Amino acid sequence: MGRGQIVAGCIAPHPPHLVYAENPPQNEPVAEGGWEQLRWGYERLRDSLADKEYDAIVLLSPHWQTYVGTHFLGLPQFEGLSVDPIFPNLFRYHYDMTVDVELAKAIHDEAEAAGLPVKMMENPDFRVDYGTITTGHLFNPDWDKPIVVISSNRSTAYYSVEVMQEIMVELGKATRKAIEASGKKVVVLASNSLSHRHFTTESEMPEDMSKEHITSHAMHLWDMRIIEYMRTGQSQRILDEMPEFTEQAIAESDGGGISWLLSTLDTPDYPAILHGYGTIIGTGNAVVEWPCYQHEVTAA
Amino acid sequence: MSEGGIVASFVVPVHPHTVLAPDKNPGWRKLRDAYDDAAATIKDLNADLIIIYSTTWPSIIGHQIQADPNPEWVLVDHDFHDLGSISYSFNIDAEFAHAWNDASEKRGLQSRCVNYKGFPIDVGSVVALTLLNPDNKIPAVIVSSNMYANRSETTVLAKSCLDVVKAQGRRAVAVTAMSLSNRMFTDFIDAKQDKIHSLKDDEWNRKILEFLEQGRMEDVGQLSRTIHQQIRVQKVVAFKPMWWLSAMNGNRNDLTGKVLAYEAIHGAGCAVVHIDPTPSGAGEKEYDEDDVEYFHGERGVLDSAEEAPADTQHEHEQPSDGGQKMEQNGPALWDPTEAEGSVNTDAAPKPVGAYPHARKVGDMLFLSGVGPRQPGTNAIPGGPIHDENGEPLDYDIKAQTHAVVDNVKRIVEEAGATMEQVVDVTTFLVDMKRDFSGYNEVWAQTLGKVGPTRTTLAIDALPTPIAVEMKVIVHLGE
Repeated sequence: MGRGQIVAGCIAPHPPHLVYAENPPQNEPVAEGGWEQLRWGYERLRDSLADKEYDAIVLLSPHWQTYVGTHFLGLPQFEGLSVDPIFPNLFRYHYDMTVDVELAKAIHDEAEAAGLPVKMMENPDFRVDYGTITTGHLFNPDWDKPIVVISSNRSTAYYSVEVMQEIMVELGKATRKAIEASGKKVVVLASNSLSHRHFTTESEMPEDMSKEHITSHAMHLWDMRIIEYMRTGQSQRILDEMPEFTEQAIAESDGGGISWLLSTLDTPDYPAILHGYGTIIGTGNAVVEWPCYQHEVTAA
Repeated sequence: MSEGGIVASFVVPVHPHTVLAPDKNPGWRKLRDAYDDAAATIKDLNADLIIIYSTTWPSIIGHQIQADPNPEWVLVDHDFHDLGSISYSFNIDAEFAHAWNDASEKRGLQSRCVNYKGFPIDVGSVVALTLLNPDNKIPAVIVSSNMYANRSETTVLAKSCLDVVKAQGRRAVAVTAMSLSNRMFTDFIDAKQDKIHSLKDDEWNRKILEFLEQGRMEDVGQLSRTIHQQIRVQKVVAFKPMWWLSAMNGNRNDLTGKVLAYEAIHGAGCAVVHIDPTPSGAGEKEYDEDDVEYFHGERGVLDSAEEAPADTQHEHEQPSDGGQKMEQNGPALWDPTEAEGSVNTDAAPKPVGAYPHARKVGDMLFLSGVGPRQPGTNAIPGGPIHDENGEPLDYDIKAQTHAVVDNVKRIVEEAGATMEQVVDVTTFLVDMKRDFSGYNEVWAQTLGKVGPTRTTLAIDALPTPIAVEMKVIVHLGE
């Protein structure tokens, strides 16, 4: 078995509005479109990786929130109905997904060896969170690749962003190590928004794009700052400024996904590709790809 | 129908251990027994409604109220999935949910009902309803905890709920599904080793429970922000449930409290507390914060773009302050428009849009709607009907009606006519029941002596905070 490889790493936001706007057959509500900039961004991301071969997707979702350790889906198949508890009017999605339990267990074991509290989730009644499903659908609408789903350990809430980042950097190293040892080609997804201040009202027609904009100029500035770091290969600066970004932009990076992703990619110093940026109910969202296939990732 | 009210309140824990694994730890068993005692009390009280405010159901778009009459699913906890699954099938009072939603909107809140098959009822609500209402005989309603809500919003949410409880004559039980200190151990533990995470958390929990046992609910509510800073992991929902529960009990400090159990679940402080509304005779109510009735918070984010006129108006059409100091409580003021036959005067109040005071057509004069605002100052004789935040104010309908007639007279005379030439009047009142008599009295003293035909209509609102406006037609021929 050859050494495993990370084909690409991506920030792949999960607001259910994007699935709603697309009207896939799996989702019950019907929309007249909306949020095209981001949906076209996802299209460009899919096109970018269309000719790349990979075996599995590894995804960390901030909407599977665990306060006791980091958890991994641990059964080969999950299917059911996912209803977003916050936007049930937009997202009622019938999902059927295959899990790469072997790879999940391998990452679990590496993380455990690194001293992190971890657990496999093996309850067949478990309902997969809507963040996982939204990102999973938008990245791979055919659901034809097995997936590894990692929970978001809320250590920011218990300690600080700094401690969260230490934990997530360790989890990222363990993820990379397990992928390389697996012999598999993998795409890694952080299901994440950037700035995360929502509007507290919703348009009568949620997809009315005349009402969609960033909640404040400060949020816009933070989003552009972080995106510029991504576009210019300055991953370490993102990690360095993560506490300020997380606090001041109320960023969804508090779930650790971006820190984990950058660590998994070995803190890349090459430019990421910005496929799209847009706001969703006021929050900042970007579809970003680090084309690792162009840059060999080495073990730590 | 007798007037409804809150017959009991309970604080209950949210974690699934009391349902799925009560015997794995003596403390969890005590919590379960306390839950069972609470269920028996609710049954003995002949309660006909259980209202759950759950901290494990966060929301963003205002508050959400469960309105599926029979939500059914299987719940698995995100953290404690290895304990097993909880199947649920609840009896939700959808009619009450919709009435609560309507009452919330009337009090200025953003809220909505949810009724979707497969909606994921949160773990706190599932645990609370499973144990407090085991045979599902008592209808229930569940409300979310809005992650952005402040004390005002949360307090008004309770008051809108009480509006419906009273209107429907219900014997309701109010329940907050919540932890006290919510810091859990961040690693996996042996169930037998469970304890409160820290001495500091334990001390704060005991202080909260001491207050509750003394019936000092409002004191706990007013300490919410401090409690949150001291013993709460900074999750999105903060320590809001005590704001809600205190308001559900009239923001009182003389309730009768009883702590049925206090134990740890994976380090978090968990208690079952019974709050009886019977006055204990102790505790003076002291308000450090406003007892708010209506919510006027920042809820208009999406409307801000619509309210900005600069993008859509030409420079010469923009509102004007006329160089005078105006009282600001209502829309911007405009200079009256000029066109063939238009009649405008500085002796009448400025319009609130692009239109003239009146317009001649042949031997007829048609006035735009005339209210009581005063030219120059924009003041409203008799007072405005609400303040700039929409808070209702007392006002004098007679003084307003007199001012309307005076303004009509000024415009009519500007056109070279007299009040005796007024032939038809349509009057708009925003509160017919309250104001018709006073308005009618002034009418009889003024225009009633002239004898125009009249139509009086009740309407929902006028653009400025006034109670009365008249639409007048004048025959200039004689």
